[in-house]
Amino acid sequence: MKDVSISKWWAGVSDHDVTYSFLHSPVTIVATVATILMFAAAFGASFLTIYTPFDPGSLELREAFMPPAWEQGGNSEHLLGTDGQGRDILAAIMYGTQVSLVVGILSVLLSVSIGIPLGIIAGYYGGWVDTAIMRFADIQLTIPPILIALMIDGITRTTLSSEVHEIVAIPVLIISIGVASWPQYARITRSGAMVERRKDYIAAAKLIQTPTAAIMVRHVLPNVIGPTLIVATIGVAVAIIIEATLSFLGVGIPSTTPSLGTLIRIGNSFLFSGEWWITFFPAFTLVILVLSVNLIGDWLRDTFNPKLR
Amino acid sequence: MSEQNILEVQGLKMYFDVSPPFVTRLLNRMPKQVLKAVDGLSFSIERGKTFSLVGESGCGKSTVARAVAGLYTPTGGDIIIDGQNLATAKDRSKITDISRQMQMIFQSPYASLDPRWRVRDIIAEPIRAFKLAANKEDEWRQVEQLLVQVGLSASDGEKYPHEFSGGQRQRISIARALSSKPEFLICDEPTSALDVSVQAQILNLMTALQDELGLTYLFISHDLAVIDHMSDWIGVMYLGRVCEITPKSELFSNPRHPYTRLLLEAIPDLKGRSHRKPLKGEVPNPITPPSGCTFHPRCPYANERCKQEQPVLGEYGPSQVACHAVEEFRI
Amino acid sequence: MAVIDISNISIEFPTRRGVLTAVENLSLSIEAGEILGVVGESGAGKSLTGNAIVGLLEPPGHVTAGTILLNGRDITHLPESEMRKIRGAKIGVIFQDPLTSLDPLYTIGRQLTQTILTHKKMSHAEAKARAIELLNEVGIPAPEQRFDAFPHEFSGGMRQRVVIALALCCDPCLIIADEPTTALDVSVQAQIIDLLKNLSREKGVATMLVTHDMGVIAEAADRVAVIYSGRLAEIGDVRSVIDAPKHPYTRGLMDSIPQIGQNLKTLPNIIGAMPRLDARPEGCAFNPRCAKSKSICRQQTAPLIETGSDGQWAACWAYEGGNKYV
Repeated sequence: MKDVSISKWWAGVSDHDVTYSFLHSPVTIVATVATILMFAAAFGASFLTIYTPFDPGSLELREAFMPPAWEQGGNSEHLLGTDGQGRDILAAIMYGTQVSLVVGILSVLLSVSIGIPLGIIAGYYGGWVDTAIMRFADIQLTIPPILIALMIDGITRTTLSSEVHEIVAIPVLIISIGVASWPQYARITRSGAMVERRKDYIAAAKLIQTPTAAIMVRHVLPNVIGPTLIVATIGVAVAIIIEATLSFLGVGIPSTTPSLGTLIRIGNSFLFSGEWWITFFPAFTLVILVLSVNLIGDWLRDTFNPKLR
Repeated sequence: MSEQNILEVQGLKMYFDVSPPFVTRLLNRMPKQVLKAVDGLSFSIERGKTFSLVGESGCGKSTVARAVAGLYTPTGGDIIIDGQNLATAKDRSKITDISRQMQMIFQSPYASLDPRWRVRDIIAEPIRAFKLAANKEDEWRQVEQLLVQVGLSASDGEKYPHEFSGGQRQRISIARALSSKPEFLICDEPTSALDVSVQAQILNLMTALQDELGLTYLFISHDLAVIDHMSDWIGVMYLGRVCEITPKSELFSNPRHPYTRLLLEAIPDLKGRSHRKPLKGEVPNPITPPSGCTFHPRCPYANERCKQEQPVLGEYGPSQVACHAVEEFRI
Repeated sequence: MAVIDISNISIEFPTRRGVLTAVENLSLSIEAGEILGVVGESGAGKSLTGNAIVGLLEPPGHVTAGTILLNGRDITHLPESEMRKIRGAKIGVIFQDPLTSLDPLYTIGRQLTQTILTHKKMSHAEAKARAIELLNEVGIPAPEQRFDAFPHEFSGGMRQRVVIALALCCDPCLIIADEPTTALDVSVQAQIIDLLKNLSREKGVATMLVTHDMGVIAEAADRVAVIYSGRLAEIGDVRSVIDAPKHPYTRGLMDSIPQIGQNLKTLPNIIGAMPRLDARPEGCAFNPRCAKSKSICRQQTAPLIETGSDGQWAACWAYEGGNKYV
């Protein structure tokens, strides 16, 4: 009985246009596999590697500056080599990716949860409500997200002691990136809401005295959320880049819990003394991660937006 | 208000501010622009009958439908439904009661159903809003009954709107409209987006339901043949005003207002019997309507008085006509 | 010789679930000065047929069989560059919404002269004179003054007149009018129909009038082709088809049109709906809705059979034995 329903479900899924489009886009398949692998490596780091690179007690200075395994002087115990303090690069990348993904995903969730409600309210009500919300969004859009993040970081750094700051660094970063990028989600949602509110199914709901909030949640939201979530996928990649940039500049994630950006910054100073691997591998991971997420986002956008086809 | 009337509309005015944004207006020294979509309209509908509004696009007939439905707040005038004045009703429970008795069927079968909802939820929405079901099972039972009543099958409730054709969707709209057990249905061009053969099915369904449930219809259409088939009384509208209100038999056998006459002559004739005479000109911009009788620039009977003085509805036999030429026995 | 002669064309849309045959084995021709009405429900394939003639089928749709002859020349599979020349010079196209055919950024005068100059060798002044002449011809009052107006300054009916003028720019021998009056009010509709009629009579233009409105067909067309589910159901002289329809679908369609003064309690109607392209039944596409369907109707598509001496043909097995169209 259960098998039947599962096979029926699978028949439905495999016959679906989305599945078809996915299976006929090799680039998307590769990007998805890469993303899944990176997610698995990042969140399964504590099972996949014996090293705990950010535990101060595990520093092995004797093993510092070991090149990757295939280079002369390399060692199969440290596949991608070690950094100046003897930390395993591969393990550092795994933990670093974890931090980058957490920051990327949570900050997008934050901006989406600000942007979607404000966008729906602006688009549905129109008039001065719309003007007020969207002007505010416009003003915020003129300030680059990095600048906003720098500002918030600066404020927390001066008001909080350095120990406290280290603990709150990641939440602060998430909030600053999240707050900085809500306007684009609000814009997309708003334009969708403006179209939907004129449709007669909204009038039909008004006719039976449905409260406005209920109309927005039950009718408008399900009909406008799709495009916003697709853009949010690409937003994750952008947030990871912003986080990496900030961390590279030294104002993001502290070096005690490094993200990919922090690792690139740390390795950057060794680039000219020949220890290229310390910065190259984190940077390479960042590129692949951002590229994969972007490619998936592009595919989602093309598949679910018939106008582009 | 007479007992037999379910709806009375008195002096309904519906103005819309269509001015450009404030700053633009200030820079170009433009005055505020007001679109008088409906300008002083009165009619009443007898219980169990069909009253139709007909006119060309932009004449305000759909605006009347939406104002009566309560989707617009009228600029002026009264809308009295079952003795309750909708335009001035403040009491929430009264409004709820009025809106339960009144439902609407929309023109586009594509835009009037939420694409993300299952058909059974679409139909059940009014049942839930007015708490008309004792429990979930009762609700499903009612929904299934409605689906069968409009000629769909009970299992169609599980599907989404996009799985249905235009005609079937319009059946779903009707089922939904009936779910709150209304007495009065507002039908805004319910078949104009459908193919002719499907239109006949929907019109037949609507007449059958009217007989069965004793419904009253306010029917809006631009198609005089459909109007003729459906109506008991007809109001002809031109630029936000009504020019003639008349029983169906009178309209087609004895049209009085020059606009009504010309409109009847402009209908393409399937039998190719008479050669139709195209009406001169087009409907003027409603933001800047002509002076006096708004129809005078296109009217073959217009004189000086028509250019200056707005005619009011007068009684002629069973009909009401707003025309100076009719009043002066010139036609 | 007919201006346009379509014989046995099929239009297919390959999809991953199989090929959808949107138009199947359709033949029709239009003589100079004649208006052929093409009528059918939405999705029947009437607009596709018009689009196929002018090479404007939206990919992946394409003509898979049959030929389209314009003045004897095969234009079925012409490359886009060649087709564009023909579209401007030989075939005028009028669509439902005049706004889609007019560029809102240019004055109508400029759009007209540009079109004339692309296809004809003449000076700018001559082109302007010709444009004004055309505007006059399609009934735009004071064309000299309206020449420099933008599309938005015109009303719906006047815009459609401008589109017709645009279609007439290069003295086409064929006009394809796809629902030209659907977006217009009844009173204006009659004006546009009269204009189209006069043009085809006076200029000897062959006109293909695609519409869902039988009333418009009755007023304007000389002959009418009824399309059902991508196939020609019936073709013939407009009066014969309307007064004495032979195909059961045409009959049902005519009966279901409400008419003033009919005073019927219920309108006759055809049960069910036109099948979707991917669910077209075996045999005659109309058989599940037809009261008189026989076993052969469920097995084989009926050929066009002559039903009388007046050139009326119906694709219905009820007339088996009559002359078959090949």
